[in-house]
Amino acid sequence: MGLTRRDILRWLATAGAGTAAAAWAKGGAAGLLALVREARAAAEGRPEGSAHSGEGMARDAAETRQWVMVVDLARCEGCRTLDRPPQCTVACTAEHHVPFDQEWIKVYEADDHGHHYFLPTPCMQCEKAPCVDVCPVGASYHAENGIVLIDHQRCIGCRFCMAACPYAARHFIWGDPPELPQTALVKYSPEYPLPYRRGTVVKCMFCAHRAREGRLPACVEGCPMGALYFGDYETDLASNGAEVVRLSRLLQERHAYRLKEKLGTRPRAWYLPGHGEAFLGQTPGDGAGVQGGAG
Amino acid sequence: MNAAYRRLEAASFRPLTEHTRGFLALVAGLFFVAGWGAYAWSLQLRHGLAVTGLNDLVPWGFYITNFVMFIGISHAGTFISAVLRLTGVGWRKPVVRMAEFMTIASLVVGAMMPLVDLGRPERILNVLRFGRLESPILWDLVSITSYLVGSLIYLYLPLIPDIARCRDALGDRVPAWRRRLYTALAAGWRNTPGQREALERGIRTMCVIIIPVMISVHTVVSWIFAMTLRTGWHSTIFGPYFVVGAIYSGIAAVITGMAIFRRAYRLQEWFTDRHFVYLGNLLLATGLFYFYFTFAEYLTIGYKLEPADKALLLELMVGRYAWVFWFWWLAGWLVPVLLLALPPTRNAWGVVTASVLINVGMWVKRYFIVVPSLALPLMPYEWALYRPTWVEFSIVIAAFAGFALLLAGLAKLFPLISLWEMEEDLAGEAPAREERPRVGRRAARKSGRVTRPAVAWGDGGEEGGAND
Ligand code: SF4
Ligand code: SF4
Ligand code: SF4
Repeated sequence: MGLTRRDILRWLATAGAGTAAAAWAKGGAAGLLALVREARAAAEGRPEGSAHSGEGMARDAAETRQWVMVVDLARCEGCRTLDRPPQCTVACTAEHHVPFDQEWIKVYEADDHGHHYFLPTPCMQCEKAPCVDVCPVGASYHAENGIVLIDHQRCIGCRFCMAACPYAARHFIWGDPPELPQTALVKYSPEYPLPYRRGTVVKCMFCAHRAREGRLPACVEGCPMGALYFGDYETDLASNGAEVVRLSRLLQERHAYRLKEKLGTRPRAWYLPGHGEAFLGQTPGDGAGVQGGAG
Repeated sequence: MNAAYRRLEAASFRPLTEHTRGFLALVAGLFFVAGWGAYAWSLQLRHGLAVTGLNDLVPWGFYITNFVMFIGISHAGTFISAVLRLTGVGWRKPVVRMAEFMTIASLVVGAMMPLVDLGRPERILNVLRFGRLESPILWDLVSITSYLVGSLIYLYLPLIPDIARCRDALGDRVPAWRRRLYTALAAGWRNTPGQREALERGIRTMCVIIIPVMISVHTVVSWIFAMTLRTGWHSTIFGPYFVVGAIYSGIAAVITGMAIFRRAYRLQEWFTDRHFVYLGNLLLATGLFYFYFTFAEYLTIGYKLEPADKALLLELMVGRYAWVFWFWWLAGWLVPVLLLALPPTRNAWGVVTASVLINVGMWVKRYFIVVPSLALPLMPYEWALYRPTWVEFSIVIAAFAGFALLLAGLAKLFPLISLWEMEEDLAGEAPAREERPRVGRRAARKSGRVTRPAVAWGDGGEEGGAND
């Protein structure tokens, strides 16, 4: 599709927010092209950052987003052909200095009626999130953009949310987290909750801090298969770092489903069925599989 | 004052003024165990919950099990006391005070357990600052607090006349601080007809208020579990199921306590075999109810066998939790029920044995309600493991020691048997006394009988106990 990294960045960042929605409203693929043109112009013609008028607007625009994640199971083979641990998990752990042996995006090996496949699971950021419902102090909450965040200065560590989460997405800081020099000066925010606090709950936050800066989540960037898409209901776009696709069409054409749909939690992580077939036996990174998506 | 009452008063006041060597040794032992638990807790406070066997997949374990256990025990005091008082059952009188002591002690210990379980106990006040009524934890907080306050009032009201007796009778036999305490707590009680009337009205009102509060307590405790989407917890009958379980384990605890106090305080004359048998009957009835709920619970999931339910049931019945599961069925239910139901063991010995078994069994039961549903795989992973550490064992055992200490403390401060209520009954054995307002008066009037001195507190015969 010829979209550069910078275009994706444009889309993710605030400049694209209004335009993209408007463009999509006008109509389909043409809209995407319009977006691309727009983004190009923005990238080439104007100096970085002048497209929006500062911090306040950036926040407003960011809050109109409704982030979702799409996992293309046909492309995920658990990084087996790479003979490495799942790279999304590795990238996530590095990005967040995830303590202890936690895996915020865990890749399960599943066997379903003889079908063998790999299942990467971030926090589903459920729209009707049991974890948010049960929290006694409102420490777990929905941000405007749909991401479920935790206020670690308020959490009392009751772990009710962990008992309530049907996806085992939450982790606890049981002991003193290791002190890291590179995180010592990080200013705490629920979006990037470093340094970690003992006795509180942590989990995947769809890399809210990166989205704010117009960057894809670390796991999405880290996936060598392009199996993870980060998307937005509002602009109806999604990207795996290599391409930008129309979110609704991707979900529809690939018969997307959500985990444990019948529980009514309305997760914001979607799964495109498949068993890693797009990659098995191929050398990853040669691009063959990446282009084959349902753009 | 007749001889029977004087005997009772002497027996009730003796522990208040004399401390035997056995008692001191017991207290020392309990303090040691509790202190050990406090040490374990201090380690946990220092190093965090990492010192427990809890983990991301099984985030609750021994502490929450213990919480359910103690909150459960707290139900029996009120159940025995308020329900039997309202229905005018005469034989309750010697045993209600101790049952109410148990309610207070177990509530205090039970309410401590979630605090021990918190990752950030120092932030507990956040629950008041930011509390969300949508969270079942808030329901628990409200309910348990109301129950504790209500139980304290309900314990205190019938204590007033007895505290006044302590104030008047013990004199120099107790240290000055206790005289002051009795004077303050007796609140100027002079046993005037007006005071009597007000007291009886207060007690009756509290009886009516405390029963629904009691039922709400274990209902909302169960809802902590039932409000989640977990297999095994996701059940509509959890409320009543837990309430009946609470009363079942609570009555067993009261009987165990009675047996201990009967021996230690030499109360054979008042905690008679008949009391054990009567309470044993109640225990049997709740045991059967509890079977009904347990059976309904497992049958409704076992018949349909949804995959997760099936996995849970298999793990319970033949898997890792089989030994606790079958231990409960045998030692926590079948054997006690047989002991309680079969004529040869329908005596104090049989009832006490059954009660001790139920105490142990019900702890185990709570364990396998709490833990397996958490350990059950939610995603494609294996059953999670939970291996409680010595810290958890220590704290749980210390909780029992703390419970015993609180109970012993209460029993050292106040008469274990309600003197003034017993006096009314014992008066029946003496030459006629002038009429007094009685708690059971209403019930008696309604049934068209004149108030008669109830003799049913002790060996008053089968029918005497049922309705005064
Ligand atoms: S997956 Fe679990 S932790 Fe994430 S939003 Fe849903 S219930 Fe909450
Ligand atoms: S552990 Fe923290 S975030 Fe979770 S329910 Fe308790 S207070 Fe809320
Ligand atoms: S979105 Fe961010 S926090 Fe979530 S799994 Fe991916 S890298 Fe980790």
